[in-house]
Amino acid sequence: MTVGESSTASVGWNREQMARRAALDIPDGAYVNLGIGIPEQVAQYVPEGREVIYHTENGLLGMGVPPDVGEGDPELINAGKRPVTAIPGAAYFHHADSFSMIRGGHIDICVLGAMQVSQNGDLANWSTGLADAIPAVGGAMDLVAGVKTIYIITQHCTKTGDPKLVKSCSYPLTGKAVVSRIFTDLAVIDVTSEGLKLVELAPGIDPDYVQQKTGCELIVAGWQ
Amino acid sequence: MIDKRVDSAAQAVADIFDGATVMIGGFGEAGSPIELIHALIDLGAKALTVVNNNTGSGHVGLAALIENHQVARMVCSYPRTANSTVFPDLYRRGEIELELVPQGTLAERIRAGGAGIPAFYTATSVGTPLGEGKEVRSFDGRDYVLEYGLKADFALLKCARADRYGNLVFNKTARNFGPIMAMAAGTTIVQASALMELGEIDPEVVVTPGIFVNRVVTVANPALESVLVNDGRAYP
Repeated sequence: MTVGESSTASVGWNREQMARRAALDIPDGAYVNLGIGIPEQVAQYVPEGREVIYHTENGLLGMGVPPDVGEGDPELINAGKRPVTAIPGAAYFHHADSFSMIRGGHIDICVLGAMQVSQNGDLANWSTGLADAIPAVGGAMDLVAGVKTIYIITQHCTKTGDPKLVKSCSYPLTGKAVVSRIFTDLAVIDVTSEGLKLVELAPGIDPDYVQQKTGCELIVAGWQ
Repeated sequence: MIDKRVDSAAQAVADIFDGATVMIGGFGEAGSPIELIHALIDLGAKALTVVNNNTGSGHVGLAALIENHQVARMVCSYPRTANSTVFPDLYRRGEIELELVPQGTLAERIRAGGAGIPAFYTATSVGTPLGEGKEVRSFDGRDYVLEYGLKADFALLKCARADRYGNLVFNKTARNFGPIMAMAAGTTIVQASALMELGEIDPEVVVTPGIFVNRVVTVANPALESVLVNDGRAYP
């Protein structure tokens, strides 16, 4: 995550506000896996009074905040290979158990980033498909295939202004029809059986503007 | 008498042969058996197939094994890591093969291999490039791809504590692939940071029972990959 990846729009929610908005949709008691980048920030903003257990697929349920500098154990890390802590009540386990939690449908919510999301909820977030790219997938395909609810946090458009919400993904897929809800800098959008549906707008944004920045038809029924 | 202890890392890996399939534990540096990998570099066995989640970093451990041209083929889920240049360079030059496997499928293939399950169906990768060409079958209206169990000739693992029966306890998230690789390999070789007397490891907390382990070598103060990389070290 770099500062250079700032919003493509000068209006709408910033990265922190996107994480804050997504955090509102994490219910009390949820078991949650957060992807690397903006999704990781969601944990900081879950409203007080909700008890949420964070899973990291390398083998820890009950992941806590990063340790103080110089504290930590190089063998206590998250899926992004950065040092973390374990909360009281945490558990360690091996990879097959960890991915049984994911693939067996035991994790409630996973929040991921995206390169593209299609109108039927297909997700592309692991490869550009370019010939010289070193392909690397990690746990992304397992997460989208197994976790009950997949949330996406992403800028609405790429740095060059192309829509990331599209009719069909041009990048290689991570999974088909897997996304439930998308949090962008402009809006909150649900994937429904009829297509992408506008749920909420960032302050100062109107539905026409969101539609203009979206590569497929947006259902805006109910909006003035 | 059952005594799986061996005196040195060199002795522990001495029979790893050219063309062997070797599972190496670790997720990044957590659980990486650096001393065993370096002993394998000293041994020089070539044309290996190596199974690991990543491809190492810097010029030590797994990255050094690859750099030493001992690995013909990697089976892994995420060959890109910070400070990882050895594998990408060889891969771009077409000098090393890659079988890219989703991380959970990799774990389950290893678990299945160790459990005597030749193949299984999973929803992971259905409809994606990594599912292409795989047999698809529908159960209760959902599609799944066929994946095969994965076995190895050898596993190289690191644990926190072991006894002479080969019972193992790991350290935090360094456990990762250790227990399942121990099951899936014909010969499982473990470096333990501490060797315990029989009975000192409570049977209730044994993570890997000794039946899955063949050799234990004590490496009291194992090197840390990140420390070696930060120091600019290279092996050999």
